[in-house]
Amino acid sequence: MTRQISIEGIAKRYPAPGGGETTIFENLWLRVDRGEFVCVIGHSGCGKTTVLNILAGLDQPSEGCVIVDEKEIAGPSLDRAVIFQGHALLPWKTVLGNVAYAVSSRWRRASRAEVEERARRAIATVGLAGSEDKKPSELSGGMKQRVGIARALAIEPKILLMDEPFSALDALTRGTLQEEARRICRETGQTVYMITHDVDEAIYLADRIVLMTNGPMAKIAEIVVNPLPADRRQGEIHHDPNYYALRNHLLDFLVSRSVSFRDDPPAGYDPRNPPIVRLDGGEASRSPAAAIRAA
Amino acid sequence: MTARERLQAPLVSLLLLLVLLAAWHIAVSGGGSAQEMDPEYAKLMGQTATAGKSAMPGPIDVAKTIWGHLKDPFYVKGANDKGIGIQLAYSIGRVAIGFGLAVLFAIPIGFLIGMSPMMNRALNPFIQLMKPVSPLAWMPLALYTIKDSSISAIFVIFICSIWPMLINTAFGVASVRREWLNVARTLEVGPIRRAFTVILPAAAPTILTGMRISIGIAWLVIVAAEMLVGGTGIGYFVWNEWNNLSITNVITSILVIGVVGMVLDQILAQAQRLVTFPE
Repeated sequence: MTRQISIEGIAKRYPAPGGGETTIFENLWLRVDRGEFVCVIGHSGCGKTTVLNILAGLDQPSEGCVIVDEKEIAGPSLDRAVIFQGHALLPWKTVLGNVAYAVSSRWRRASRAEVEERARRAIATVGLAGSEDKKPSELSGGMKQRVGIARALAIEPKILLMDEPFSALDALTRGTLQEEARRICRETGQTVYMITHDVDEAIYLADRIVLMTNGPMAKIAEIVVNPLPADRRQGEIHHDPNYYALRNHLLDFLVSRSVSFRDDPPAGYDPRNPPIVRLDGGEASRSPAAAIRAA
Repeated sequence: MTARERLQAPLVSLLLLLVLLAAWHIAVSGGGSAQEMDPEYAKLMGQTATAGKSAMPGPIDVAKTIWGHLKDPFYVKGANDKGIGIQLAYSIGRVAIGFGLAVLFAIPIGFLIGMSPMMNRALNPFIQLMKPVSPLAWMPLALYTIKDSSISAIFVIFICSIWPMLINTAFGVASVRREWLNVARTLEVGPIRRAFTVILPAAAPTILTGMRISIGIAWLVIVAAEMLVGGTGIGYFVWNEWNNLSITNVITSILVIGVVGMVLDQILAQAQRLVTFPE
């Protein structure tokens, strides 16, 4: 697999109210391969949305840079589509209008018929065929988020950036949309960087799960490789022998280690190469949870 | 509102109107005491003095006058005697030109102010200083520099309608949701296309609110401006009829001015409904 995203030593600092600066995070390194689905987990305020905005080009790092496809990014690009937390549909446009706006931005010289054709196909992919002429205000929360996904997919991006896309939805809709998102991303070989604070969502969707400590001075504590098989089903993953080890590891991190890790990182911690944790049965790993299980 | 209340409201309005008209009619029909006077002198004084008739016209007199104006609104009988339709057309024309010019200036400048916090701060003192000035205070300066009374009236309309539109456009543009702008940015939409496809539709309801306030002020001001500059227009007509001591015509004009102002407001309210989007 080839490397697609390389975050190289980025930092984000804001002027503090009483003079000086607050460092949200610094010396942050992360690599994502082509076609990989990466989920980032961390508490609010750890800077995960800032990292996503920097990847999208909507925000600039105070230090360091981000390399995508061997080029340093400078501002937003159609190659990196964002699915916003609050769907961010333009309320005066119809569903078709919203998606077509993205399509016509991507293919500026495309004819009207061609734009509409592509937009309709993207809307059908997310299961909204028949609602093309509705305004966003006539749609439910789940349907709005589907339009947001359709808009992002319609421009055939190289990378999808998702900021807690399903957090505002009810459990049932969320499950369905997660399934569809996983299917679509696997079918199109999409590289995905997704933020969540839902542990189960990360377990179901991700190939690798990035754990971020609390901010300020947030760090990438470790990168957990998802031991579940690539062909997984939402209703069945909890029968997988590795499921509970993984889930407990993630929850332990969120409950206690997200603070202790930041304040007291283990000896030999290298921010350029955060420890990679594998939980697939007995293999030597640096995870304390695994150590506890082994004991 | 229930269907029943919806039906009741116009009935109550009608009832109030009838009560008002009746009160008006009774108030002006009461005979005062007639005075004894020399017959020659009585001819000069008219019925107010001789028969104790009220100087205020009643609703029936006004209705007759309105009917007379409606029958022939566009007559021309010399410089000082033109139909009310012609006078109104002059006033509406001046408001349309002055207001139109104000739109052409206020919306682009409002965009500039709304997009750039620096320009906002730079222009703010001028706006704050000019906004509270009564538009009629500009009249002498306009007459002196432009040397044409009709164009001066248009200038006064322009200067009074520009501020609400300018302020509302700037506010609307500045408060476009960040996430909508971010959508445009991630789609690599250029600044011109972004202005027309995201900022303008998002700010349109606020801009239309400003336009509605402006047309209201413009219609208020044109009457006063035309009283000053004279010649033509509904404001001049009111003042001329006052000089003729034709209270009937003055009351008629008040009603006509009210109706036209309401129509202008409703036109913009309709336009506002078209650009408003539910969220």
